[in-house]
Amino acid sequence: MKFTLFHLMPYADLDLERTAAYPTAWVVTPNSFYDPKAGAKLYNRYLDELELGEQLGFDGIAVNEHHQTAYGMMPSPIVMAAALARRTKTAKIAILGSAIPLRDHPLTLAEEHAMIDNITEGRLITGFVRGIGAEYHAWGTNPVFSHERFHEAHDLIIDAWTKPGPFRWSRKHYHFEYVNLWPRPFQQPHPPIWVPSQGSSETIEWAAHPDRKYTYLQTFSPLKSVRRYLEQYRETAARHGYTASDDKIGWAVPIYVAETDEIARREAKLHFENFRNRFLKMPIEMLLPPGYSSIESMRGIAKAKAQITGDITLEIAVEMGMFFCGSAPTVREQIAAAWRDMRVGHLLAMLQFGTLPADLTERNMRLFASEVMPALRALTGDSNPRSAAA
Amino acid sequence: MVERVFESHHLDVAGSRLHYRQSTPPGSLGAVGLLQRGSLLFLHGAGGADSALPCLSRFAAELPVLVPDHPGFGQSPDPAWLDNIHDAAYAYLDFLEALDLRNVHLVGTSLGGWLALEIAVRNADRLASLTVIGACGIRPGQIPTGDLFMWSPEDRVRNLVADPALAERVLALPQTEAQQERALRNHFTTAKLAWEPRFFDPHLEKWLHRLRLPTQVIWGAEDRLFPLEYGQRLAQLIPGARFSVIERCGHLPQVERPDELVALLQQSMRNSR
Repeated sequence: MKFTLFHLMPYADLDLERTAAYPTAWVVTPNSFYDPKAGAKLYNRYLDELELGEQLGFDGIAVNEHHQTAYGMMPSPIVMAAALARRTKTAKIAILGSAIPLRDHPLTLAEEHAMIDNITEGRLITGFVRGIGAEYHAWGTNPVFSHERFHEAHDLIIDAWTKPGPFRWSRKHYHFEYVNLWPRPFQQPHPPIWVPSQGSSETIEWAAHPDRKYTYLQTFSPLKSVRRYLEQYRETAARHGYTASDDKIGWAVPIYVAETDEIARREAKLHFENFRNRFLKMPIEMLLPPGYSSIESMRGIAKAKAQITGDITLEIAVEMGMFFCGSAPTVREQIAAAWRDMRVGHLLAMLQFGTLPADLTERNMRLFASEVMPALRALTGDSNPRSAAA
Repeated sequence: MVERVFESHHLDVAGSRLHYRQSTPPGSLGAVGLLQRGSLLFLHGAGGADSALPCLSRFAAELPVLVPDHPGFGQSPDPAWLDNIHDAAYAYLDFLEALDLRNVHLVGTSLGGWLALEIAVRNADRLASLTVIGACGIRPGQIPTGDLFMWSPEDRVRNLVADPALAERVLALPQTEAQQERALRNHFTTAKLAWEPRFFDPHLEKWLHRLRLPTQVIWGAEDRLFPLEYGQRLAQLIPGARFSVIERCGHLPQVERPDELVALLQQSMRNSR
């Protein structure tokens, strides 16, 4: 099992009392609630945390993209990856991912990812996502064409990375007279590609297709759903006549480690519930705009509406296996059990979530790295090539 | 009763089946003496055609009334060629030619009003009059419009009618699974045509001067989706257009003020060319 420190970089200084009247921290909460002085401090704190991740022996550090929201301050994950590129030396830098259908000019992403891959001499892991539904409200892109644009932008970027230019490229949404990328990616034929998703069937089938075999990452979800989606990836692979290796599947999950189970729950409760019930929460119309998911997948949604948009407590989240929280032995055993069950090759540990402050985040990271990670490496037969060098 | 007035038909348009309802020929066509010939073509809004049928059935004694489901709405499949409002407009130009309709009184509401404008700026030869009701299609500028895609289904009902009691009555009506399914499809296709730019075509305004046929713009005084000011702007952009306001009415006059709407539509037809 490989370990990636995954940061969402929430605007943790959000005035939760004064913004409580808004239905969600996405798109409609006025940006007058963003204080640049507080934001500047948070950016630098979060980058420090990711850099510390490298020192603590994580295989990779990861950033992602969301727009117009206090949930995450990374409308451009490229900027964060670039800031990390020269401050780190050995860890992989994972962009999980760039929301490629939102771009009218996806070649900019091909260029920027290639630049980071060159600067880091091949430490980039590229991620492609559609962006969640709210992005389509924030960015204006038509959600009905989200899948089409995702596939087209992906094909364009791969062609730009792998085919000798200049060449002409024209499909339904994107048209370029000259595609001739300078620089070409450092890694050949291109950086590894990871595909994070909330569990869209179309995305899982696409990632597992033998033409791609991209690493599929299940984002924050109950254990039961994670198992189902990861199983779907393996089944798709089997249907295509190959066996998906463990390193083709991953899971992004918030984790909190403290001295005892009781202390962990007490310290994490407020911050986790802020993450889930304030930063992440949004109305169904924002999460799933028309066309973002197929009509078939939308049919069941009305019934699940309460579960999707309602609040949940830390206790319920722990019970549903959406959050690993407890002493090091507890968390170790929970993750070990998940690994035995699902053989998930990549764990994306979200060790800062919601309003979790700097001191608790750092202690969480240190405890996880020293008390949880080594045992799991031993269990899963993973030797970290970097730990010998460190 | 409405179902007895209309019969279902299908027409192949650019390789896709378009479903439309047509009023059955009345026994004494022409007895009203209002029109010698011609027909009424109604283009529904984002919510589909159903809500307008009772209103439209009242014209069936005077002239043939045609009520298509736009491609991707109601009982018309979503064709591979449908990507934007222009595709829908060209499909209706095909439709008019295929049925050889002449002297058409083109009536469109909301999204269907926008569609009617897109059709008429391209070719109005077969049209006798144009009436748009609460129509979108032009740039809203700083006029505050509602966001149909951010509203929940309940919000939509409450925001689209002026009378809160009416909204509650509508919300209390049971919805069949088939109706829910249709509403979902209609909403998808509405997004396809109108998500971005949001309910307008940046190029439409440049060509509205081509509308030289008798045109009426009808608006609910209390429309919260496209407020009255938006309707006034639209009417100003169309040469010689008559602007008619229905008081105590939201975005759906066909639901909220059917009598007033029918009277105004009759005026449109009387003033036709």
